[in-house]
Amino acid sequence: MRKCTGHLRDVYVAHRSQGIRLRHKPLPAMRMKSGDRMSAIVEVKDLRKTYAGGFEALKGVSLEIEQGEILALLGPNGAGKTTLISALCGITQPSSGTAVVGGHDIQDDFREARRLIGLVPQEVALEPFEKVLNTVRFSRGLFGKPRDDALIERILRQLTLWDKRDAQLKELSGGMKRRVLIAKALCHEPRILFLDEPTAGVDVELRRDMWQIVEELRRDGVTIILTTHYIEEAEAIADRVAVINGGEILLVEEKAALMKQLGRKVLRIDLTSAVDAVPDALAGYDLEMSGDGMSLTYTYDTRAERTGITRLLQDLASAGITLRDIQTKESSLEEIFVDLVKEGAA
Amino acid sequence: MNILAISAIYRFEMARFFRTLLQSFVSPVLSTSLYFVVFGAAIGSRIDEVEGVSYGAFIVPGLIMLSVMTQAISAASFGIYFPKFIGTIFELLSAPVTFFEIVIGYVGAAATKALFIGTVILATSALFVDLQIQYPLAMVAFLLMTCISFSLFGFIIGIWAQSFEQLQLVPLLIVTPLVFLGGSFYSISMLPPIWQTVTLFNPVVYLVSGFRWSFFGQADVSIGLSLFAIAAFTALCLFLVWRIFKTGYRIRS
Repeated sequence: MRKCTGHLRDVYVAHRSQGIRLRHKPLPAMRMKSGDRMSAIVEVKDLRKTYAGGFEALKGVSLEIEQGEILALLGPNGAGKTTLISALCGITQPSSGTAVVGGHDIQDDFREARRLIGLVPQEVALEPFEKVLNTVRFSRGLFGKPRDDALIERILRQLTLWDKRDAQLKELSGGMKRRVLIAKALCHEPRILFLDEPTAGVDVELRRDMWQIVEELRRDGVTIILTTHYIEEAEAIADRVAVINGGEILLVEEKAALMKQLGRKVLRIDLTSAVDAVPDALAGYDLEMSGDGMSLTYTYDTRAERTGITRLLQDLASAGITLRDIQTKESSLEEIFVDLVKEGAA
Repeated sequence: MNILAISAIYRFEMARFFRTLLQSFVSPVLSTSLYFVVFGAAIGSRIDEVEGVSYGAFIVPGLIMLSVMTQAISAASFGIYFPKFIGTIFELLSAPVTFFEIVIGYVGAAATKALFIGTVILATSALFVDLQIQYPLAMVAFLLMTCISFSLFGFIIGIWAQSFEQLQLVPLLIVTPLVFLGGSFYSISMLPPIWQTVTLFNPVVYLVSGFRWSFFGQADVSIGLSLFAIAAFTALCLFLVWRIFKTGYRIRS
């Protein structure tokens, strides 16, 4: 998983600089510069979902999703990510609590609320004998939009599906089917797009195309909520990160601030000569020694009042250890996430 | 009312029908022809007229009813069960449509298919027997009501079913016997008195009887009772659909 971090970030940066247009008519009120924040487009208050068997999938989730942002919803399997999305989209009936989408209550004013939402589900579910073009047209009609062949052609071309428009869905590869799901979600021009594990099991090319589309949609002011296991993706494209576990939101934070506030840093100390063992005088620092004894690693919490670096360096000098180089590295979102989930479980 | 959504569902379902148009068309024509060969020519030639009507002509309304009921149930139940089975139901649930709009789309398409099959059988019958329809408007009304009510019934079965076996259970074990024992191929006056009484508990009797009345002006039970029966059956199905809508039964968790 770590290997693709650099690649994805490169792809992301490359897409930001490209001028590829998906043509998604931006609403004037929603147009904004990338990164700007407006009012909340999704407001979830104390949303609970208890299934018939007694399993509490959502335990009072409250969350505000801002217009035009990309929110990554992170959580381990069974955390409640899909249940939350299902409740907001109308697939699951919440047990209690409220959710308002674009100013419309998802239950009392469900038509208007759902019109704003596009959903790319986790499972690939498509009518096997239907043709690509027809199934996409069907989705648009289902959302009460008149036929627009030009728009559908643009979306299918963007997703490299145009050549397959007359193919039956059962003839398509797994990746192609996922593209069809995206086309179906986009064809009614949603203002909010839910992507539930969109890149699980898809090839690099599709991932690249998907983030290209996500970036285009964001430019047009579409709010995007994505769940993913690939934390690198969240790290690369999300504006904010929400961590959910056990049906509860553990944290919602600006990605950069989250990494800054909660991030651990690693200080690597390269030595001029190898040591056999960490000197006893340095036992309190919980240092890790490399196999060849040429470097020591110190992990510290940037949130702590004292990081202990100054004292460590003094103690190293006192112990007669001479340094060749030192370097620091921020912990990744994945490491932060693992820590949070562990804390939540504790 | 989201008319565009209803239209989308209707057209999507009809596309499924047109994909298999040959089977949809050939199958009823073939089975109807076989019924006429067996019941009309082979056996029917040895049967006297039934209530003044040749046996071949007598069975036409029953044959149409048999096919219309089974086709309506099968089309509507499969139509809604299949999205549940393959998972595409999520799209219906997340769309800005009411449950009744979904019902209108699916039931409308299933009723259209059943009507098509009924019309094909009627046309095929005309090739074998001399048919005269005394009350054409009543015939069309009965046919439409049967198509719609049994499509509603099929829709309920499709929602209820959790496997393909269950999907077949009600049509095979309940509907087909009721239709065969509902006077499709005989007048209930031909039965011994005790069975005549028992048969009156079969709701299909009233539908077949009313439909046959529209052809020949003769019925096993009064036409008023037939109309009441089909209206009551439709009302029951609508009530069940409303309950499903209110409770989200086997659709929305």
